[in-house]
Amino acid sequence: MIPVLIGVSIIIFLIFQAAPGDALTGMMDPKMSYETKQKIRKQLHLDEPAIVQYKYWVQNVIRGDFGESFYFKQPVGRVMNTYIWNSFYLSLASFILSVLIAIPIGVISATRQYSFIDYFFTVFALIGISMPSFFFGLLLIKWFAVDINLFPVSGMMTPGSTAVGFEKFKDVLYHMVLPLTVLTLGSVAGLMRYTRSSMLEVIRQDYIRTARAKGLREKVVIYKHALRNALIPVVTIFGMWLPGLFSGAMITEAIFNWPGIGPIELLAVNNRDYPLLMGINMLLAFLTLLGNLIADVTYAIVDPRIRLK
Amino acid sequence: MAEVKNNLNKGVELKGAKKEDIMSPWKIVRHRLRRNKLAMAGLYILLFMIVVSVFGPIVQKYVFGITMEKIDLYNISAPPSLKHPLGTDEVGRDILTRLMYGGRISLTVGIVAVSISVVIGSIIGGISGYYGGVVDGIIMRFVDIFMCFPFFPLLLMLAAVLSDYKVDPKYRIYFVMVIIGILSWTGLARIVRGQILSLREQEFMQAAEALGLRDRRKIFRHLLPNTFASIIVSATLGIGSAILSESALSYLGLGVTPPYPSWGQMVQVATDYYVMKYEYWKWIPPGVCIFLTVMAINLFGDGLRDALDPKLKR
Repeated sequence: MIPVLIGVSIIIFLIFQAAPGDALTGMMDPKMSYETKQKIRKQLHLDEPAIVQYKYWVQNVIRGDFGESFYFKQPVGRVMNTYIWNSFYLSLASFILSVLIAIPIGVISATRQYSFIDYFFTVFALIGISMPSFFFGLLLIKWFAVDINLFPVSGMMTPGSTAVGFEKFKDVLYHMVLPLTVLTLGSVAGLMRYTRSSMLEVIRQDYIRTARAKGLREKVVIYKHALRNALIPVVTIFGMWLPGLFSGAMITEAIFNWPGIGPIELLAVNNRDYPLLMGINMLLAFLTLLGNLIADVTYAIVDPRIRLK
Repeated sequence: MAEVKNNLNKGVELKGAKKEDIMSPWKIVRHRLRRNKLAMAGLYILLFMIVVSVFGPIVQKYVFGITMEKIDLYNISAPPSLKHPLGTDEVGRDILTRLMYGGRISLTVGIVAVSISVVIGSIIGGISGYYGGVVDGIIMRFVDIFMCFPFFPLLLMLAAVLSDYKVDPKYRIYFVMVIIGILSWTGLARIVRGQILSLREQEFMQAAEALGLRDRRKIFRHLLPNTFASIIVSATLGIGSAILSESALSYLGLGVTPPYPSWGQMVQVATDYYVMKYEYWKWIPPGVCIFLTVMAINLFGDGLRDALDPKLKR
């Protein structure tokens, strides 16, 4: 895990080295004299070779210091902390909703393979995978926010709202409906197909036939005996969703102007806010690795056969 | 070099002699595909999109005299009419014609990006799977590093760097293809590697060994062709996701840039409230095109996967 993380940091650093201009271009007043610029460059070690700069950067990152965002004029850590939780709430809601919808649908599709309902959900899943999120988001905004004014166009709370407690929660939920729909459509599709294929494999096994032969009701066979084993591979992909929970869906968030990490990253890209971009990407890469680790560990927990190897 | 060529020729001849044997699995696949209505629907939609994108602009140009750039000053932001079946945009260009050109670009980006990722992915996967051991360890760590990156943010960053270097829009399209291709080979590399790891233990590889074939020949002529089924499935589905990435990137203004149209970029006008509410013809058709094309590719790819799966004998 550590070597991979070092590799990731080197590549991220190299990409920013390849970008024209340096940390100073975005940060400083253009009227500043050449001498002062050189002085600041020296202070920030920008006059030194890339390897030395990398060393300084890594030292700071380990101490949790990602530098200062050009755009927000604040430490990168603080900027990320402000926005990442908004992404987290939205993604968590979408995650819970997708699990609740996708797993039952996956099971039903698998138990009635090649039936009308199975084809229906297969096509539904393909629609979910094929729909560009930005287009679906715009369509929802047009239909439900612009044309009939049922839901707000964007944002996370009514502007100027001072509501607290439950009222605030309701307001956020109300703003969440449309982005949540977009996010959930995409993830339900993937998860459902995954559950379906995993369930199909389990259903064909001998022990399921045994369970039926000893006279268990079909419901017990499917939901107690089969589902447990079918969910083993599904559980592991939960771990891989960890980075997704924090990175948010950049485009969906941007379209609904949800104040999460997605629009911030776009803002950072458009303003060439390199420290912020490096910080976000390092964090996401770290979370991806952590997610893989969690996936491996949960696999071992839920499937004792893995532990023996 | 001459020897290699000679061997290659021999290979071709051998293949020709046993033509029936080699063809038959593909016949089974074609037969299975034909029975899968969803897959065939996907294939027809896709062919329709390709034919219209390739030949549509020619028809428009020589029959109706409308090109991508032609401005109709009397019809600016005009709704669909007989003259402009899908209306015109804010400077009076015909939307249908731009959609066709956009289709050319979006489909080309998808195909080229996937070709790049297939070439990189199968070479790296092949080498990694064939040599195993330390080579495999190093290559797979490298793949891990690549997989760790959040795909879309990285794509955005690289596209932004492109903008900083002020790449000409004409060449920018190619850079976008290359970037998407370079960022998406890892999945395929893993699949190919996994299959080759088990293939190289099989008997025909012992025969190859006994014949004293070179590594390169063993990998590219004996191992990789056996992974062809997975490569073709993942490439087909890959085209769909490459088109989605390109359209999202272009929607954000970081992919294909004007004057060249792309479907994603054409949807961008919907960020304007007035356009979104009243001028549906400007942004809904390109969005529907992206959706239909990707959907068709996914339907076909899925059918292909089922048809190529030897375990499935329905």
